[in-house]
Amino acid sequence: MTKNIYLDYQATTPCDPRVFKAMEPYFEVFYGNAHSRSHPHGWKAEEATERARAQVAASIHADPREIIFTSGATEANNLAIKGVADFYRDQKNHIITLKTEHKCVLESCRSLESRGFDVTYLPVQVDGLVDLKVLEAAITPQTLLVSIMAVNNEIGVIQPLAAIGALCRSHGVLFHTDAAQALGKIPLDVEAMQIDLLSLSGHKMYGPKGIGALYVRRKPRVRLTAQISGGGQERGMRSGTLPVPLCVGMGEAAQIAVEEMPSEVLRLEGLRDLFLEKIMAAIPEVYINGSMTARVPGNLNLSFAYVEGEGMMMGIKNLSVSSGSACTSSSLEPSYVLRALGVDVSLAHTSLRIGLGRFTTKEDVLTAADAIIKSATHLRNMSPLWEMAQAGIDITSIRWAEH
Amino acid sequence: MAYSKKVIDHYENPRNVGSMQDAPDVGTGLVGAPACGDVMKLQLKINDQGVIEDAKFKTFGCGSAIASSSLITEWVIGKTVAEAMNIKNVEVAEYLELPPVKIHCSVLAEDAIKSAIRNYQEKKEA
Repeated sequence: MTKNIYLDYQATTPCDPRVFKAMEPYFEVFYGNAHSRSHPHGWKAEEATERARAQVAASIHADPREIIFTSGATEANNLAIKGVADFYRDQKNHIITLKTEHKCVLESCRSLESRGFDVTYLPVQVDGLVDLKVLEAAITPQTLLVSIMAVNNEIGVIQPLAAIGALCRSHGVLFHTDAAQALGKIPLDVEAMQIDLLSLSGHKMYGPKGIGALYVRRKPRVRLTAQISGGGQERGMRSGTLPVPLCVGMGEAAQIAVEEMPSEVLRLEGLRDLFLEKIMAAIPEVYINGSMTARVPGNLNLSFAYVEGEGMMMGIKNLSVSSGSACTSSSLEPSYVLRALGVDVSLAHTSLRIGLGRFTTKEDVLTAADAIIKSATHLRNMSPLWEMAQAGIDITSIRWAEH
Repeated sequence: MAYSKKVIDHYENPRNVGSMQDAPDVGTGLVGAPACGDVMKLQLKINDQGVIEDAKFKTFGCGSAIASSSLITEWVIGKTVAEAMNIKNVEVAEYLELPPVKIHCSVLAEDAIKSAIRNYQEKKEA
């Protein structure tokens, strides 16, 4: 049987064995409740969560008291956006975000709109990056929060965090960034980048699923209204018993991600370039979606013109990749992120996201490139659109019956 | 989502892939739209007795779209125009065990047959 190759590191990552090993004792041996302040079992658990909190804080140059554990980046993003909006709602009512943000950011904003907030969903440039002049022009005296992701989950582009942070600070606007895809890929420094709120996810950085964190700045202090009622844990911002093993895993994962980043970035760049050169040399009309310069090395998003993405995935069934094609989602619309870049809707149907990561080998990328080249060539020979393009017919000139 | 064995078979071993030279006895149907992620081209060679002698297809789309078009080429060869006009998308969907989200692939296949036959008939009348 052919080996299955995992190339979907933006969807999730395997838990690093070192992380898993660090977590193990906290299931069976040190099972105490970290909030039990009056006995040894509780103290041992609390010691572990506070060590993890310090590891997470250090990875983004924050103070441990500024880290709130959550169930994941989705919850962290919800808490940041809705929490800040609720707390400051009597002062300001305008939020700015990007059209290419993760659904949990966009949907949090939508829910605030239904509660009377004004939200501006900014377009991005063709490379997927925000135009700082457009951002500045959108800021009004009513603007409370700017929420712009650090690294995009579909196209891997890196937003100019420091410039956005400086702009927000100069206008007295809070800056939140969803950094779920960023830790261990780019340097993150909440001081240098003037970030007020930052969301993280455990399972996107070789930690466990079910845990995330929100950084909330203390100086100058950022306030937010808790979204979950309960015992007032996490400085009153997120009630609920801490999942000690998951916290330990998140902390360990954050530390490893940052420590190994310099060498890992170079290694992945090498693998990515090898893969891309092989593909580009073998197949004409392959387009890269998103900036190639402001981009994390573990992400490629390619459109194989005239070959539909899901059809392609069926031909490379031993490769776990993801497609921007409508057919792979329940919505029947192709990727909204690619559409926001201005990628033609037909081309959006032909996109594949290839995610490389810590356990990807040279052999993996060579095998994957061969399989993709073979499948794309085969399907192009079967594609009426490819045939028309080769005959010099402009497919956009045809009146298609859209169904 | 798991594909049925029949879809996988037609995807991996598509029948009658290709194109025919345009001719008075060839009807061509081009249905779907690139913006929707599915385009089927079906060509039928029809003799004077109204019998479909050959069929060729090319499809841009997912595995179910490719399988649906491959299947109908097999089904229409040897049939009369009247019989081919009676092929319903439900039969294609049932045979390939298409899930609800893929029913539109079978609809496109039925449209392709009708469109190709219409094109042939228009040529005859012209």
